[in-house]
Amino acid sequence: MNETFKQAKAILVSLKLTVVLLALSIILIFWATLDQVNLGVWAVQHKFFHSFIVTAKVGSLQVPVFPGGYAIGGLLLANLIAGHLYRFRLGWRKAGIWITHLGLILLLVGELISGLLQKDFQMRIDEGETKNYAESSRQNEFAIINATDPATDEVTAIPESILSKGTVVQNPSLPFRVVPKAYYPNASVQMRSQVPNAPPSLATSGMGTMLAVTPVEVTYKEDERNVPAAFVELVGPDGSLGTWVVSPLLGNPQTFDFAGRTWKLAMRPKRIYQPYSLKLIKFSHDLYPGTDIPKNFSSRIQINPADGGPSREVLIYMNNPLRYAGLTYYQQSFDNNDHTTILEVVRNPSWLAPYIACGAITLGLVIQFLIHLVGFARRRAA
Amino acid sequence: MTRRMPLYVVAIAALCALSGIFVPPVAEQPGVEAFSRIPVLSEGRFKPLNSLARSSLLEIQGRQMVMTQERVELSPNQWLLDVFFAPEKADGYSVFVVDDPDLQALIGQTEDTISIHYSKKSEQVMALVGFLPSRRRRFSFNEIAPHIQDIVAQEKLAEPVDAQNRSRFQSSVVQLYGNLSHYLRLRRAVMPDGSKDFLGELLRLQENLVDGVAAVRAKEEGKPHDEAKAAAMLEEGQKFVTMSESTDLLAIPPDEGDDPNAWHNSGHALLETFSKGEVNPAVLAYAGMGYAWQGGDSERFQHIVGLYQASLEKHFPKQVEKARIETIFNAAQPFYAGMWMYLGAFLFSALSWIKWPEASRRTAFGLVALGWTIATLGIATRMWLEGRPPVTNLYSSAIFIGWGSVALCLILEAVYKNAIGTAAAGMIGFATLIIAQHLALAGDTLEMMRAVLDSNFWLGTHVVVVTIGYASTFLAGVLAVIYILRGIFTKTLDKATADALARMVYGIVCFATLFSFVGTTLGGIWADQSWGRFWGWDPKENGALIIVVWNALILHARWGGLVRQRGLMCLAVFGNIVTSWSWFGTNMLGIGLHSYGFTDAAFWWLSAFVLSQIALIALANLPLDRWRSFKA
Repeated sequence: MNETFKQAKAILVSLKLTVVLLALSIILIFWATLDQVNLGVWAVQHKFFHSFIVTAKVGSLQVPVFPGGYAIGGLLLANLIAGHLYRFRLGWRKAGIWITHLGLILLLVGELISGLLQKDFQMRIDEGETKNYAESSRQNEFAIINATDPATDEVTAIPESILSKGTVVQNPSLPFRVVPKAYYPNASVQMRSQVPNAPPSLATSGMGTMLAVTPVEVTYKEDERNVPAAFVELVGPDGSLGTWVVSPLLGNPQTFDFAGRTWKLAMRPKRIYQPYSLKLIKFSHDLYPGTDIPKNFSSRIQINPADGGPSREVLIYMNNPLRYAGLTYYQQSFDNNDHTTILEVVRNPSWLAPYIACGAITLGLVIQFLIHLVGFARRRAA
Repeated sequence: MTRRMPLYVVAIAALCALSGIFVPPVAEQPGVEAFSRIPVLSEGRFKPLNSLARSSLLEIQGRQMVMTQERVELSPNQWLLDVFFAPEKADGYSVFVVDDPDLQALIGQTEDTISIHYSKKSEQVMALVGFLPSRRRRFSFNEIAPHIQDIVAQEKLAEPVDAQNRSRFQSSVVQLYGNLSHYLRLRRAVMPDGSKDFLGELLRLQENLVDGVAAVRAKEEGKPHDEAKAAAMLEEGQKFVTMSESTDLLAIPPDEGDDPNAWHNSGHALLETFSKGEVNPAVLAYAGMGYAWQGGDSERFQHIVGLYQASLEKHFPKQVEKARIETIFNAAQPFYAGMWMYLGAFLFSALSWIKWPEASRRTAFGLVALGWTIATLGIATRMWLEGRPPVTNLYSSAIFIGWGSVALCLILEAVYKNAIGTAAAGMIGFATLIIAQHLALAGDTLEMMRAVLDSNFWLGTHVVVVTIGYASTFLAGVLAVIYILRGIFTKTLDKATADALARMVYGIVCFATLFSFVGTTLGGIWADQSWGRFWGWDPKENGALIIVVWNALILHARWGGLVRQRGLMCLAVFGNIVTSWSWFGTNMLGIGLHSYGFTDAAFWWLSAFVLSQIALIALANLPLDRWRSFKA
């Protein structure tokens, strides 16, 4: 027992383990980079880096084939910390290495946190429009809107994941149960008249009776989006109210009346609301003269603060984002003949960690490099 | 005798390099050189016509000189003059490269028409061994024109296919189509298509302008008018509309007081004739040059070019000065000259290990220093012309990697004095400049920066530092290659040299770790500033990260005693593979924010390079008694 423990400790603190882990991480990164051609960058991060084990499909089984980013990163961290504790020597000759490795620990931990906590959204604003919410570019939600009061909407949002599992939802704000009947992560929606051989629709109410929903293979391409569709039955105390089809492709919400109130149904990109609002004053798209090479994109934005204080104007452009209320707004894209701006909205509480970590590592490497250089020069002079 | 050798060799090399500026490779008519310095606005930047001619030819036919049917060599300037003003001649020059056999068949070529038959015995022998071409690969516009419908149709089919999924025929046809439109845009840049006497037409227009415009006005208002005059004027107008839509070359400067960047194409400027009441003087100047050029009247040509240059000088002194410097820079071809210096340096370094050690080594050092100085001047000129840090695209990254590595080599050589620094400098300098020469075939190398990259601060920090990281990782690899090759194939790797090489590799790997790490990190900070994430697992980012991790692995393996001298060398050689993949391989995936495009030919070269490095590593693992240097 004691022997095994000693051996394990010897391995944990060894430089051999460091080298093996570094080699494994190179293979992992290389493989993940090649796989981006098939999977796209988001799926690759999930499969290779934000995982303990990378699995591959053999036949119909998922077989573990390689340690994932969490496993390699975690072991590297353990190896690093254990090595330093075991070989603990304070001295100037190792100062650079100490600082470098401290920075490295901060970098690894910071990336772990930002991998877990970072959220990104998009904000599309037309010129002259004011918006107080951002939308997810990958996740959708099923929104049931109580629109009885014309002044305010009361929204109950059901995430896509619940629809996909088929879980029945009963919520105190709704006088009916929500029963997901079918869910397609990516689907095309057409008029039934255009699809002569379409199977009978599951929908019994709303637009769905006129539509044919065809599941489409899920895409991982960077320039394509998955558009989900779902059939949802609403069941009141006295039985079914009907089955609706919902999809972001439908555009306007579908309306019906029940229990003396007006309801709207919509599947739409998941939203986060902010207490303040942004108004797009002007979007500009500059080109180099005589070409269509973009020179700059910029959005002049008016911020209307949450406390009703005086609004102010800012200019968001390439390499110059707006940091406001814990969120960062970047100029990402544009649409609608240069009249709509698309801003990327990111919440990353640990954004400062890499700055500090990289500063520390750089400092450490420079110190260590100088120590070597001075030693080398002295030996040659002698 | 050998004592003076370094001085003589370096002096001769310097003279050869300078001669490019003062002695043009082809004798040009008077005025052509001045014509080539005229600034125009093209692809978003001001450049001399000389640069337009050179980069167009590189793009279309892969070389700068043009060979006519009568086997007369034309300079790029003379070619451009014929394209502008004597299209019937230019259409007969074979400048369109077509290598794909299917595409050759599409333009009506057969094995018989493509083979070149030499009459002289000596030429036949030369062709057999490959010193003279045995097959035609360049064709003239006249040869291609009858098949243009087919080319357009095939291009329409191929264009929607993603660039990396195109077959060889598809990419060739897309490329030929692009080259043909490029050529036609140049041919219609100044004169309308099919114009026999452009100057005469403009002068007649000027003469009839008042009456003609009055006739058109009257016609529009339904009043009595001279129908013939109105019709002639409207026809002219229609011609100018077509002209203004068929070129993207902005050759005509704006009027005084207008936005100095708002240059026009010649058709657009002519359309303004009707509202301004006079033909644009710059268009008239071009038409005058064309008249003189067609008539072979060099004296008049020179005179008109001189007048036009003088008027530009008055209103656009900055652009004229830049165009002048850029023309000299083009003629000097500093990177081409540097390439031969580096090759010479390598040969003299190798010689120094066999014969005249001190004289050869000093010659090599002199050549490296000269080549590096020339490259430095070239890079500085590019930076001044562009107003940018040194690395802005793949082309300049090749040049800068070479520059950085050679600078490190000069330091190594100054310290160790064993010709290893100069040999490594020769190899890397030559290789990177050859790569740059090929990358220049993609067109103007001083292209404008896309909006997302438009930040001199980050280009100057992240890109420069990470490129030095690449350069030093390559240098460590090349030093290791020298160790392996000398050790196995020669007896020159004694213990002192081997130890010195090991120390050099170790030191350079330390340096590479620092720079590749700092460079990658700065890239992360740039990404955080512009895209909202520090790290996004983009292919180019991953490539840079792999270089950092690989260098760290080498250092840890050495500190842990897992590798000694030979192992260190093998790891350093593998660093070449890692770096070349990050530099070029990631661009070939065609995805991600950094994929600023690249050709498929590079894929085969990259594969060959990787295989060669693997072979070297295998070679290094031969048992020590097979190494000639280590045999007892």
